[in-house]
Amino acid sequence: MSQPTHGAVVEPAAPGGRSTTAQADDAIAGSSRGDGVYRFLTTAAAWAIPLLLGLITLEVVLAAWPAFETFGLSFLTSSEWDEVRGVFGAAPMIYGTVVSSVLALVLATPLALGVAIFLSEFAPSWLRTPVAFLVDLLAAIPSVVYGLWGIFVLLPFLRETVMPFLAGTLGLGNTPFFSGPAYGPSMLAAAVILAIMILPYISAVSREVLMAVPRSQREAAMALGATKWEMIRDAVIPYARSGIVGGIILGLGRALGETMAVTMLIGNRHEISSSLFAPGYTLASVIANEFAEATGALHTSALMACGAVLLGVTLLVNAIARWLVWQVAREGR
Amino acid sequence: MTSSTAPTRPRRDTGVRRATALRTAGTLTRRRAVNALMQGVMYVAALLAVLPLLLIVWHLAREGASSISLDFFTRMPKPVGEVGGGMGNAIAGTLVLLGVASAIGLPIGIGAGLYLAEQRGSRLATSVRFLSDVLNGLPSIVMGIFAWQFLVRPLGHFSATAGGIALGAMMIPLVTRTTEEMIRLVPTSLREAALALGYTRWRTSLTVVLRTALPGIVTGALVAVARIAGETAPLLFTAFGNQFWSLALDQPISALPLQIFNYAISPYDEWHRLAWAGALVLIGLVLIISLIARYATRSRYGGGGD
Repeated sequence: MSQPTHGAVVEPAAPGGRSTTAQADDAIAGSSRGDGVYRFLTTAAAWAIPLLLGLITLEVVLAAWPAFETFGLSFLTSSEWDEVRGVFGAAPMIYGTVVSSVLALVLATPLALGVAIFLSEFAPSWLRTPVAFLVDLLAAIPSVVYGLWGIFVLLPFLRETVMPFLAGTLGLGNTPFFSGPAYGPSMLAAAVILAIMILPYISAVSREVLMAVPRSQREAAMALGATKWEMIRDAVIPYARSGIVGGIILGLGRALGETMAVTMLIGNRHEISSSLFAPGYTLASVIANEFAEATGALHTSALMACGAVLLGVTLLVNAIARWLVWQVAREGR
Repeated sequence: MTSSTAPTRPRRDTGVRRATALRTAGTLTRRRAVNALMQGVMYVAALLAVLPLLLIVWHLAREGASSISLDFFTRMPKPVGEVGGGMGNAIAGTLVLLGVASAIGLPIGIGAGLYLAEQRGSRLATSVRFLSDVLNGLPSIVMGIFAWQFLVRPLGHFSATAGGIALGAMMIPLVTRTTEEMIRLVPTSLREAALALGYTRWRTSLTVVLRTALPGIVTGALVAVARIAGETAPLLFTAFGNQFWSLALDQPISALPLQIFNYAISPYDEWHRLAWAGALVLIGLVLIISLIARYATRSRYGGGGD
């Protein structure tokens, strides 16, 4: 990739005899050396990215290997997590990761799409920039600050207002999904904070994709007599669909790997409960909580295995999302 | 293909046909009402989406502002039970970590961005572009355990360097992407003019192209720094945190996000107060960096956050 290509060209020109050309040739020879070095350095920097990704995968999988070897498939299916007996099963964490993320998507997607459509179609131009800026700012707030706000503002609000409302007023308390005491730290709390956190990602991608829909597509619908909403529903959204799906999956990737805010709000218990009011655990939060105090090599390895599972899932989800978004970006051009 | 009027028509505008041919059932009044309703729904959605941000900022200001004083920036944390104290060491630690991260993330990211922009079509460029997006979506906690496994475990101790490297690795894909975008905006004619004047390729790239794109690249770098400034998960098992004043690169170091986390989950009111103040300072730091970034380039920075 980095062979200097100009070096060979210089030599035949050298027997020119005159000192000025010789000097020029020297300069060219020097430049080709410079070009070679430059080419080598930038190529090396580009290679650093695949190498880093490979190294991360290798290190994490190698460190997780003892746990995979000891427990086999039961690592993914067992709910038992006992540091003293040295038995580790990650089923509650996998369940918690999937449920909290999917629930967050369900909460965030309609809102994010609404914002994206608002910004690309409805917003008066004076509102567009500030609203887009504020929504983008949501993505700039650090996870730990979301966690702090969640502990002291969101949890009391959920415990005292939302949970009694869902269980009592709406009478959902008898269903398995909203049963049990409302402590606060719960799957529901984690899903709500995740929804707020991934909203800007979904809306940013959706907005970009919606804006990439060709003008002619819109004008054709308008010319045929569609109202604005009919135009959006039937001409704009279908065109942008796979890009929007890509944005949603990108949000899913964020939600799956989100650590700090979830750790602070989900309650951290190794249990699978159907109730959203009950505490749970995620792959990321178990690592954050237990890694520093891991007892013994197998415990560390089991946590690494959680990391490996998380890594595999997020890499897959991100790859799919990127592919979808790229496809639309290509078509839109 | 059957239609002779528009043989090259893309398949997707079937949607348009459907819009008017099939789905305009109902009177015009009704359709206008639906239109108005949906417009209202979108306004409400935008309002609901902005609401959490306003709430968070309001609570941060209310809970944190009263604790911000000169002491907060200069003093050390006090033991449980004593009132006062600050987060001086955590703020300094965060700045050190950001320095180490930038020293690693910026050169590699800018170098890779140059490569991607100049070798646009090459196979390596295509896969690097894709993998850098994938790396960008890597959960930060995974970066944390990787750095622990790769740097902390072999060396036998937590260190600021390990934390900085973990953060720097997270910066690389961000910086790569913005650098590539910014360099692509530089007109080819500029590059050609420099080459025609006898500039060598590397000098053209560095002194003409990179220089022209510099404001945009600076913005990208600042956005990347702002994003990693609040990261906690990669630091949990690398920088680890430190109760004392330490800026040594081979020692555990305190960081603002770590300190906020530890204080927030503690049972003490006094520490909660410090956590709010710390969060306000952290948000302030992130905002200031982002605003400088926005101001640094007057031209609009494409990419929309990701």
